[in-house]
Amino acid sequence: MPLPKEIFETLGMIEKYNLDVRTITMGISLRSCADPDLKLFCRNIYERITQTAKSLVEVGEDIEAEFGVPIINKRISVTPIAIVAESCRTDTLVPVAEAMDRAAHELGVNFIGGFSSLVEKEGTAGDKRLIKSIPEALATTERVCASVNVATTKAGIDMNAVRKMGQIVKKTAELTADRDAIGCAKLVVFANAVEDNPFMAGAFHGIGEGDCVINVGVSGPGVVKHALESVRGAPFDDVAETIKRTAFKITRVGQLVAQEAAKRLGVLPGIIDLSLAPTPAIGDSVAFILEEMGLESCGCPGTTAALALLNDAVKKGGLMAAKAVGGLSGAFIPVSEDAGMIAAVERGSLTLEKLEAMTCVCSVGLDMIAVPGDTSAETIAAIIADEAAIGVINNKTTAVRLVPVPGKKVGDHVEFGGLLGHAPVMAVSRFKSDVFIARGGRIPAPIRSLTN
Amino acid sequence: MKIVITIIGKDRVGIVAKVSTALAENSVNILDINQNIVHGVFNMVMVADMEASALPLKDLQRTFKELGESIGVEIKIQHEDIFNVMHRV
Repeated sequence: MPLPKEIFETLGMIEKYNLDVRTITMGISLRSCADPDLKLFCRNIYERITQTAKSLVEVGEDIEAEFGVPIINKRISVTPIAIVAESCRTDTLVPVAEAMDRAAHELGVNFIGGFSSLVEKEGTAGDKRLIKSIPEALATTERVCASVNVATTKAGIDMNAVRKMGQIVKKTAELTADRDAIGCAKLVVFANAVEDNPFMAGAFHGIGEGDCVINVGVSGPGVVKHALESVRGAPFDDVAETIKRTAFKITRVGQLVAQEAAKRLGVLPGIIDLSLAPTPAIGDSVAFILEEMGLESCGCPGTTAALALLNDAVKKGGLMAAKAVGGLSGAFIPVSEDAGMIAAVERGSLTLEKLEAMTCVCSVGLDMIAVPGDTSAETIAAIIADEAAIGVINNKTTAVRLVPVPGKKVGDHVEFGGLLGHAPVMAVSRFKSDVFIARGGRIPAPIRSLTN
Repeated sequence: MKIVITIIGKDRVGIVAKVSTALAENSVNILDINQNIVHGVFNMVMVADMEASALPLKDLQRTFKELGESIGVEIKIQHEDIFNVMHRV
């Protein structure tokens, strides 16, 4: 029987320090939906998604009420559309995105991921068609998320795809210029993308996955920050131990929710993503954890070391609490979704270059960063290449989700709304990478890929 | 199924009586009670068994939320497992 002290500790975590389960994401295979007729294909995927996930939101809400822990998002990821739509006779895959969007509305989920393509080794005609469709697909739909994998440690970096994605990000921004380029907030360019990621905008249901699976992403930066307040001034060993203990508790809740959700929905339990995902809410910030370790403002010297410790301790603490670990697993640093990161940018302590360094030691990459509208496609492509290189060489997932907001310049403010938050427009190097990007071709896989 | 009931609010006469009566009326068996008052704030934690209750947990939560509002305290009911998983390996 739980002790009163333990009960109040749990309640305090939830009520005062924003402990929540960030997302229950149902991964659905669409491999049975292929059809050369685009209309039939769209109908197949709509029916497959709405039938498979019909109870997802209701079950999520029931679990939330019974256990008294908020479950912020109920979402869906599907097989990369470029693969399942390969045989469709069509020039554009925008109608597919529209069918996905209709299914998301019908089910009441706020995002559906998987308008995706994996092109680390050039990709097929179907991949190129999907990539070409991304800007319009993201402009005409509300809830569809797109992602493109342009590099892996095993294959190297496809620099043609990198160059193309610079152009696609720009085009997506132009087509959603009237909404502060919101389309770009739903587009991730990956290196070493994972197949069981429950987090948007990069979630897709990998081709090695089963028919249907439940993946869960946990969170709780506020809980970790509060726990660290009790070890102010103590050596880092104590900081790491405190984070580990807290991450264990947070993850146990995620495991319970994952188990219940899979059981009630009658599907396979998938993975727990051991993440520390911030929200724009005050007290739910990863930057505040780093500052609690003794940094005046996130981004100052010491930030990368602090983040490395945090990221590692979260994984060590969470690992033993979860039956299966996967996804992105690590601390996220999306600028627009983290009140502390936003404040650090506004204060001038956090720059794009420092964020790049931070991505070497944490989950994912340059995430939800607004940049000036006149940033060129080549510069964006070069930033993608840099991030991909970090991922490929360090055998980790990296990603870029940049938002070049048309008409905005450094210091302006952009409002994405909801969980996507708001962001100050950050400075980008004024020196050009055009000749570098024009080369195209491939950056070969590193020597560390030869592990057999 | 075991549930945890937490009650927090300004102290007044009859909180325990009203809550335990309502639990009995709904066939919920109290297994453990811990109660104190700190600076005039009433805190109570109960662990109870709702196996015999005709109401599902959702309805029980609603009934006690309304009861809490009528006597000026906040009453929460949660499945016991969330506390067990967090604090027991």
